[in-house]
Amino acid sequence: MIADAATSLDAASTHGYLLVLAIVVPVGGVLIATAVGGRTAERTAFAVIAAGLILGFAILLDVWMTSRPLAYVLGNWAAPLGITLRADGISAVMLVTTALIIAATALYACADFTIPRDGLEARAPFVFWVLLLAVWAALNTVFLSGDLFNLYVALELLTFAAVPLVALSGRAEAITAALRYLLFALAGSIFYLLGVALLYGAYGTLDIILLHQRIRPELAVSLAVAMMTAGLLAKTALFPLHFWLPPAHAGAPPAASAILSALVVKGSFFLIIRIWFDVLPGSRSLAAAQVLGVMGAAAILFGSIVAFRQARLKLLIAYSTVAQIGYLFLLFPLVVGFEGSPWSATAWTGGWIQLVSHAFAKAAMFMAAGLIAQALGHDRIDDLGGVARALPLTVLAFAISGISLMGVPPSGGLIAGAYVIRVMTRMLGPRLELPTLSVKVDRWRQSLPLSLAICAMLLGLLPLQSLELLQVGLPHFLGSAGR
Amino acid sequence: MTSATLFGLCGAILIGLGLFELITDPHPLRKILGFNLLGGGVFLVLGVVARRGAAAGYLGDPVPQALVITGIVVAFSATALAVALVVRLSEVSGRVSLAYASSEQTDSDGAEG
Repeated sequence: MIADAATSLDAASTHGYLLVLAIVVPVGGVLIATAVGGRTAERTAFAVIAAGLILGFAILLDVWMTSRPLAYVLGNWAAPLGITLRADGISAVMLVTTALIIAATALYACADFTIPRDGLEARAPFVFWVLLLAVWAALNTVFLSGDLFNLYVALELLTFAAVPLVALSGRAEAITAALRYLLFALAGSIFYLLGVALLYGAYGTLDIILLHQRIRPELAVSLAVAMMTAGLLAKTALFPLHFWLPPAHAGAPPAASAILSALVVKGSFFLIIRIWFDVLPGSRSLAAAQVLGVMGAAAILFGSIVAFRQARLKLLIAYSTVAQIGYLFLLFPLVVGFEGSPWSATAWTGGWIQLVSHAFAKAAMFMAAGLIAQALGHDRIDDLGGVARALPLTVLAFAISGISLMGVPPSGGLIAGAYVIRVMTRMLGPRLELPTLSVKVDRWRQSLPLSLAICAMLLGLLPLQSLELLQVGLPHFLGSAGR
Repeated sequence: MTSATLFGLCGAILIGLGLFELITDPHPLRKILGFNLLGGGVFLVLGVVARRGAAAGYLGDPVPQALVITGIVVAFSATALAVALVVRLSEVSGRVSLAYASSEQTDSDGAEG
């Protein structure tokens, strides 16, 4: 079964060119927008987003229909030397999630970063559109690449695109936050590279499927995987390596925060999943998975408590991301611990639904918070009274995404509930006069976070059985007993 | 001790020194230097991997060498980006430090007001 799957994976699929397009289209957009500049940047971004949405859904549909991963062998150089692009179930899901959130963010960012018709090219809008496409290109490469070193380059591209987004405002604290983020990320990826070097030294290949066939449980592998995981944890901002994340959000524009929290940290998390479940052989160490689980649990406690104590709405949401990242890491002990029983597949499905739903909910929350901050001129939680009457749709979006953070299995929800409820009581709290709005917020702009929040909510209603789509292309199906 | 072992140990020492510098030194520029030291160590390890994996008649496996070249390009761009941020930081705030002292002050002031 395994050998059969592997041989069929190595052949290029008929629709494999879709994978190349999914990477080339955003990269092309970056190049065109940079070269032509001016108002073209925004137009190019929307053209690329339209194409990218279609490509994402086409890949998802193909993987779903055939129940087999898509593959494309670059330049016809086969695996030991060449690089293979692969889209399995989880890549397809992440591609679509990314496309949807990037599209919503771009629509949201129109108002902040539009380039005036007659005006000269301004730095921040131009850079924003180019970097938005760059983040997308890097994420798609992370989701599609089947080669460990290629993944390293994709990770670095993701960092190089995300760091300037943090520094976009140009204020001293934003630049400091960006620099901190960059140093954390660089240290993380160089450790990932060290792990790659050790794996190549031991097995002589970088291709994930070949590596999976050759790999044996031995010291070099444990060492390499430990270093790669530790490096990626720093980039994912798992407690206690989360220091860079809240300040990075505090200074970034809301659209950038949405991308950073919903997608960029998921890129390195995705890679940890790749290494643990696609590269490592069947016998994964439960003890190591437990360590990740304990760190996740600590992140949930710490992040939620600190979030509860924040004075500013945006920082509260940022610390809530720290907590939610903790939930994602509960996937490891649950899936590994139940290996061989159907519960493993349930945990796997639950983990992925949690990830996608958090991406939607957190993007919605940052957008809603951005609108509130723009309308009121501040985002102090204690002074939010009456906002619910002034911006009802926005507050509804915030509430729904809050509920989906609280209620999505396998979360306990109680702690997340505490800080969401604290904010909601402020927003809905009685106040005699309406708060004065410094800027009027369009209704359609308010509906963007609302629609994302509804997506997050609906995901919570999915049945928690083993969704087959999420297991397409895994080296061995989870939960099939007697592997 | 073969030359591969020697160079491998050198790489390990460089990685240790670089990591130490990156973690302990508060100054951003020295952190960037630490990162480069760390990167140098990793590239040396890749070189050792190339030497050990050499097939008959070759001095080295070309794949890790290609990885080193790509890695150097990436590390170079990373250093350039980091240094650009440091320069900008000193232009904007007049000092180069990773501490948030001033900004946190204004944040808490804003919260109380």
